[in-house]
Amino acid sequence: VTEPLWRAFSRSGQAVPLRPCDDGPVLARDAAVVVDRAGTEHEVTRPVVALCTCGKSQRLPWCDSTHKVVRPR
Amino acid sequence: MRLPRPRGPLAERVLGVLHGEQDPGGLRDLPLPPASSSVLDDADFQLTLWVLYELHYRGFDEIDDHEWDPDVIAARGQLEVRFEAELRRRTADEVRRVLEVDEDLMHRIQRLVSTIEGPNVAGFLQREATVDQVRGFLARRSLYHLKESDPHSFVLARIDGRAKTALAELQYDEYGAGRPERLHARLYAEALRASGLDDGYGAYVEQTPATTLAVNNLMSLFGLHRRLRGAALGHLAAFESTSSLPCRRIAAGIERVGLPEATAAYFHEHVEADAVHEQVAVRDVCGGLLESDPGLLPDVLFGVAACLLLDVVDGADLMGEWTDEPSALEERTAS
Repeated sequence: VTEPLWRAFSRSGQAVPLRPCDDGPVLARDAAVVVDRAGTEHEVTRPVVALCTCGKSQRLPWCDSTHKVVRPR
Repeated sequence: MRLPRPRGPLAERVLGVLHGEQDPGGLRDLPLPPASSSVLDDADFQLTLWVLYELHYRGFDEIDDHEWDPDVIAARGQLEVRFEAELRRRTADEVRRVLEVDEDLMHRIQRLVSTIEGPNVAGFLQREATVDQVRGFLARRSLYHLKESDPHSFVLARIDGRAKTALAELQYDEYGAGRPERLHARLYAEALRASGLDDGYGAYVEQTPATTLAVNNLMSLFGLHRRLRGAALGHLAAFESTSSLPCRRIAAGIERVGLPEATAAYFHEHVEADAVHEQVAVRDVCGGLLESDPGLLPDVLFGVAACLLLDVVDGADLMGEWTDEPSALEERTAS
């Protein structure tokens, strides 16, 4: 089992579940912060965020739909 | 906003009544275009319908309240019957083909997106458009973006459960997630102002081509009829699914022609926002709706196909304009 790319936490520090979207991003609802593997924290300003899983986003950790170009259906 | 000038006999009749200069009885039997002609690129038809829909949004300075006037509603109904019939006729084959394949909604939508594909407007803006063409594009889009997401808000009261919660969440983000300065319509107004364009609501309606009016009218048609709630949410899913990548290209085009960062910022915001909204709109909004009401699947797919069809029609009109003489909108907005 590989370590996940991102972990997400609520304002109270609870881990927020990441919901996969087939071959797209993972969704995090009600997160306050997203932490990458290096431990860098990214503040969340949306009610739900899409996190990149293809690794090619130009706005990491956020999905920018690049996966559609990298792995078209 | 003031009532626009008419563009033909239909609008003359309707605007005459709204201005209080003509007998409302004239609205009961409108001079509709011949049955054989398309209304999607009929400027007189689409402007008239746009005016009638606008009574349900911000209204017009000259009139107090015609929103529920029976004659006005009857006029709107006559136009809607024509508009919806043409949309259904022109999307029927694609919708039927997608219904024949047993697969999940996301794949059905992707199938429609790849079949009903128009000219690459975003690619042109990214690589080739002049600064005046980009400004004309921004003005053309302003009719919708200055009331961004409003048509789909009408649907909230018509649905329930998971779909309602998800739509409210999506709209909350569109409406700034608690911060008025992040309202998407406000970001668009700032984008217009930064590029020296008029940010007044409806400011460019008189120069807006028929097909762009049709794009706007489609959302109002779906939003204002409970019967069409499935189509409204299918439309939302298609809109969000085809927004993120083009927004990145448009932002790059805005930067290439040297328009200010505040203008590009609106599109940068939508790269990220719409990558999320696509997933929420398809999985939770449409998925939730179909979970409780599976019979709405054909309507959801009709909404998807109609959104894509009008994108193709409007995109073709725009590309045609760019290869011809400057349009009225471009002339008005030229730097």
